[in-house]
Amino acid sequence: MALSREQLAQRVAQELQDGYYVNLGIGIPTLVANYVPKGMEVMLQSENGLLGMGQFPTEEEIDADLINAGKQTVTMATGASIFDSAESFAMIRGGHVDLTVLGAFEVDVNGNIASYMIPGKLIKGMGGAMDLVAGADNIIVTMTHASKHGESKLLKHCTLPLTGKGCIKRVLTDLAFIEIKGGKFHLLERAPGVTVEEIVKLTAGELVIPENVPEMQF
Amino acid sequence: MAGFDKVVSSYEEAMAGLEDNMTIIAGGFGLCGIPENLIAEIKRKGSKGLTVVSNNCGVDDFGLGVLLPDRQISKIVASYVGENAEFERQMMSGELEVVLTPQGTLAEKMRAGGAGIPAFFTATGYGTPVAEGKEEREFNGRHYILEEAIKGDFAIVKAWKADRYGNLVFRKTARNFNPLAATAGKITVVEVEEIVEPGELDPDHIHTPGIYVDRLIQGTFEKRIEQRTIRQK
Repeated sequence: MALSREQLAQRVAQELQDGYYVNLGIGIPTLVANYVPKGMEVMLQSENGLLGMGQFPTEEEIDADLINAGKQTVTMATGASIFDSAESFAMIRGGHVDLTVLGAFEVDVNGNIASYMIPGKLIKGMGGAMDLVAGADNIIVTMTHASKHGESKLLKHCTLPLTGKGCIKRVLTDLAFIEIKGGKFHLLERAPGVTVEEIVKLTAGELVIPENVPEMQF
Repeated sequence: MAGFDKVVSSYEEAMAGLEDNMTIIAGGFGLCGIPENLIAEIKRKGSKGLTVVSNNCGVDDFGLGVLLPDRQISKIVASYVGENAEFERQMMSGELEVVLTPQGTLAEKMRAGGAGIPAFFTATGYGTPVAEGKEEREFNGRHYILEEAIKGDFAIVKAWKADRYGNLVFRKTARNFNPLAATAGKITVVEVEEIVEPGELDPDHIHTPGIYVDRLIQGTFEKRIEQRTIRQK
């Protein structure tokens, strides 16, 4: 079975470490915050100027002056700090964030990522994504392995305008956990019940398959 | 106005001198911390051909979006523009020039503009459409592109509190681009929720010193919420 959105978030959460500063993109990455292991402390960075993002507010706590990068109302965690946008991207560009999780339309075997524009169709802008992929060393891309029409999103070459060049090393899809190195995809894990053959069929770029491909554990 | 007193008495006075085809840098992220009354004054004034530099362009009926129906903006420099139908229509038809700029690069362009730095190298956007036509250079084995600073004829800023000298305090994430915009305007106009007397703000707690501020006005704010998201108790 392909992973649900929640399972994707759960699997990413297994990569968290105590004391990590983490930037979570909009969508599935946001859900990772729900699965921080008990007893572990992580600090969430929101690029609009908040380090230490808390949970969503109650009706009484709502504050128009306190939002996250997705423009949703949020709260502040204990120990939070607030800063301007240049300071926020000094953290990001300067490589101070320990883990960045974001979505994508396509990635390819050279670690290129396309996530912000579909020419003629969707032109919303890159927001902070280009800075995030350029500045972070430890990035996990979360996405579906293929489109609804069965077209692979793990390509030999990205076809859409790039968000970043050669900056992605790990991709978690609903079917597999994949590492990118040496111009190839490397299969690390498969979703429970998903066969290697299914993954191969939906991966357009070259995929290296080790002898043993463990199932993800939850 | 006398001495360091930056307070003006009307929005008309606050935006006096704004002419067609000028460049305006605006603070705000989404609808959070936007100078909503200064934007309304620009609409009232009817200035045209404006270049607007702002992270976003508001929504159809609020924020910078209100300048779209009368085609007051001819060019916008922004990182994310996805919340606005009229914006999309004008962009697709070519009536509105859009320069998509990565969020961190946009912030740094403002900061550099205000700090007298004409340009800077960043890895952000290397190898992407953002790099087209820009100088590239390698430092310690990494590729960077040259991005130029931005300055505005006007900067429009929303802060929480100010003293009459224009020392500013922002509130929570309504700070965002506002302190950067404040440094980058030839004329920086700030609207706030409360103006106090000089000496009432703790100098250690001032986010933007008054030296950057030319005009200051107290307003009332709708503070519209774009994505009201709550948790159940």
